[in-house]
Amino acid sequence: MEWNFDNQRPIYTQLAEMIRMCIISGIYQPGSRLPSVRELANEASVNPNTMQKALAELERTGLIYAVRTSGRFVTEDEEKIASARRSLAEGEVEKFLRKMKDLGIGRDEVIELIRRSETGGKEETVRTSDVSVSDGTQETA
Amino acid sequence: MMNENILTCRNLSKNYAHLSALSGINMNIPRGRIIGLLGPNGSGKTTFMKIANGLIVPSEGELLIGGHRPGPETKKIVSFLPATDYLPSWMSVENLVRFFSDFFGDFNAEKADGMLKRLDIDTRARLKTLSKGTKEKVQLILAMSREAQLYLLDEPIGGVDPAARDYILNTIITNYNEDASVIISTHLIADVEKVLDDVIFIQNGQIQLCRPVDEIREQEGKSVDAYFREVFRC
Repeated sequence: MEWNFDNQRPIYTQLAEMIRMCIISGIYQPGSRLPSVRELANEASVNPNTMQKALAELERTGLIYAVRTSGRFVTEDEEKIASARRSLAEGEVEKFLRKMKDLGIGRDEVIELIRRSETGGKEETVRTSDVSVSDGTQETA
Repeated sequence: MMNENILTCRNLSKNYAHLSALSGINMNIPRGRIIGLLGPNGSGKTTFMKIANGLIVPSEGELLIGGHRPGPETKKIVSFLPATDYLPSWMSVENLVRFFSDFFGDFNAEKADGMLKRLDIDTRARLKTLSKGTKEKVQLILAMSREAQLYLLDEPIGGVDPAARDYILNTIITNYNEDASVIISTHLIADVEKVLDDVIFIQNGQIQLCRPVDEIREQEGKSVDAYFREVFRC
């Protein structure tokens, strides 16, 4: 997994989101044991205290729970995971719709666009490389 | 029981003739934290490091490490990486490892060897034949291979390439233990931000602020790097 952080929000919040995503997408299965704080911190290249805080946050929401001496586990309650998935999806849809509104695209048009992308009706599939080689003349980016 | 704060400053001041390099610094550094000491050039970062290592003495006030003034007692538990070259340049890397093993009871030669290998450093090379960046890596590896209670790293990653920088920062957090603290002075805030617990902003020899990284992000809505640029805008 890529651990990239944006610059606006606390790192622990972003870590909690990423781990939540792993749980929702099944990378961390219900009931399975999570890697230790130290392992996770090393993997994400963050301070172990920050990782600790992120896990505490997830514990608070009930997605994971701690067992004394044996570590932290993903909840076995699949309903809890499903509801986390739903609320995440709702948030994403809301974000998307706000963006569409900013673009001046109305509800019907959005639905039409979604339908078209589902049926694979793409106008443009060929992507040219972002890198271009200039022929001799130096271009400074 | 070990005392809670590894380092304490009380009204710490240092004057050079008419220049006041540090004035009236009061702070406590708890154990188990990784702290960034950030400030513009000439703000007093290195002066602080030098006092903490007993290279210079304060004009007023005091600095205590584990309850002791800088001296033989504190040097046992403090691993210092100065900003400048300080090791004999005629020595080879493997000799330096041996030198450190002899010198410091808490030096872990295995750890040093592992890191040197990982960064592909020729241990038979003499220090003076190494590039600036490689020399810095060697010095940092030596400093981090001690099992110290306080690491004072003055500009540790300035000359190091970004890939090795990541490795080194990872080394710092892997070495992390809850009894030890690390103070890193640097200008490369964006690079170190995610490994820090707290940051201290220092300017004109005075502490401007001391806050947890996530608190700055939460309350200011920006990274420490962006916040630093705002606070110290020229």
